[in-house]
Amino acid sequence: MTAPWAAGDDPQVYSVARSADVVQIRQVIRALAQQCRLSLVDQTKMITAASELARNTLTYGGGGTVSAGVVSDASKRGVAAVFEDSGPGIADVDQAMTDGWTSGGGLGLGLSGARRLVDDFRLHTVPGEGTTVTIIKWAR
Amino acid sequence: MSDRIPILRIGDILLVSVQFDLEDQTVLNLQEDLAEQIVAKSAQGVVIDISALEIVDSFVGRMLATVAAISRVLDARTVVVGMRPAVAITLVELGLSLGGVSTALDLEKGLAKLRRPASSASQ
Repeated sequence: MTAPWAAGDDPQVYSVARSADVVQIRQVIRALAQQCRLSLVDQTKMITAASELARNTLTYGGGGTVSAGVVSDASKRGVAAVFEDSGPGIADVDQAMTDGWTSGGGLGLGLSGARRLVDDFRLHTVPGEGTTVTIIKWAR
Repeated sequence: MSDRIPILRIGDILLVSVQFDLEDQTVLNLQEDLAEQIVAKSAQGVVIDISALEIVDSFVGRMLATVAAISRVLDARTVVVGMRPAVAITLVELGLSLGGVSTALDLEKGLAKLRRPASSASQ
């Protein structure tokens, strides 16, 4: 999978090993979203999606990293975040993307809900090796 | 780190104002503390003010729904007040409509809602 970052736009990498790290990821994404001048609603959606995915990385992936930064294409800028873990992976992606389905004790809204809240959503998972989720929210 | 959020009592109502971005364990602590305090203080109502919260994700959303259900079982009613418009939009799009949770736009309206008979305050 290609990383969303352009040359010179290297992202910062943050560890997700403890519950407090999820709070930090929310703050990092908030700062980036404000930097990109996302609308208040879009900021809120992006931070919420990042919170869901960071918690997934911690709970289901056994911890991992989040790379976050600003991305741009020809006409627009946005915030991107890549959530990576070396956990068990997802055996059935369609099932995992279904509202209400959970392998843990959650509500089953993390993955499916996060996808609805962002503009670009890519999931790459290999059972036994880990999961990578990439999300982008573009400024309008 | 597991901070605890203060629970204030006004008459037979418990008031919680969430003032900072919560770690998951703090959310769970609040849930337990509220259940204990409802019984210890014989509270009839709980008001949770989330006007300072910039986001409510599924974890916090579930806590709000759980507290509402717990208080119902303990013969009290919960009203969530002060949700920001952007938070409401995001929660619904996330897939959490908080069906069983009573809400009000601000603290004053929330307290008024708790003073009304249960039948008219259920929604």
